[in-house]
Amino acid sequence: MKSTELPPYARAMGMEFDGVDHGSPVIAMDYAPRAMGRPGFLHGGAIGGVLEIAGFAALAAELERQGADLRIKPINISTEYLRAGLPERIYARGEVVRAGRRVANVRIEAWQSDRTRPVASCWMNFQLSPKKA
Amino acid sequence: MDTPDLNENPLERFARAVGFNPREWTAHMNRAGHSGFIGMRYVDHGDIWIELGFDWRADLVGDPETGVLASGPIISLLDNTTSMSVWTRANAFRPQVTLDLRIDYVRAATPHKPVFARAECYQLRRSMAFVRGIAHDGDITDPVAHAAGIFMLVDGQEWVK
Repeated sequence: MKSTELPPYARAMGMEFDGVDHGSPVIAMDYAPRAMGRPGFLHGGAIGGVLEIAGFAALAAELERQGADLRIKPINISTEYLRAGLPERIYARGEVVRAGRRVANVRIEAWQSDRTRPVASCWMNFQLSPKKA
Repeated sequence: MDTPDLNENPLERFARAVGFNPREWTAHMNRAGHSGFIGMRYVDHGDIWIELGFDWRADLVGDPETGVLASGPIISLLDNTTSMSVWTRANAFRPQVTLDLRIDYVRAATPHKPVFARAECYQLRRSMAFVRGIAHDGDITDPVAHAAGIFMLVDGQEWVK
């Protein structure tokens, strides 16, 4: 994934880029029934999906800055759901804690109308490997 | 005869009316919303576990070069199966929210194959339910992902709008 390009799943869910904040792309997604879990709230999986895409985008942007053309594979994700996801636009932004040669560690936060009240936060670990020729 | 509880929300009323039948619940929940978009369907269940699945689809792909599914739909599937395993174990619907969910991506799901997740509620407490699950694409001994999480039981009035 490039830092400026979204995969089919993200586009199908209605995710889009909403600017860059301190070097990390902000991913946004408007509410739609396809993201609804229990009636009137965002599905935890849809929130997780936005977090992951923001994590990929933050890491891709960091690797581009370093001039590294590497394959990114998620190893794991651990999400804390902090507040109920409301039926409104959601944003997420990742922060690369460390991008080494083989592994990268990224923290991601999602919020809605009030950025100081996060809806969910997570960490993700990624495996980095050379691109196959 | 039961006295109708006027404070009961529509979902609780629905749950009380049908009992907890994992197959019917999946059919009902997957008619709309995110689970419907992913196309989740009931596969099987036991006393403390349930298995659901969904088909590979081009618009759920994460890597267009390989056709490998995005991990988002797999999070959603594991969220749903772990959540429903609690109601399966309790043999009743109870309002709950995901406190946390950790997923290890053991390997990429095989493109064009359906993905399944089997999840169990291994401990049920008064205010918390402890769950774990495995996602696979046909052979559960060769997993795609492994999940562990906790659900918090909450007041029904706050659960739906």
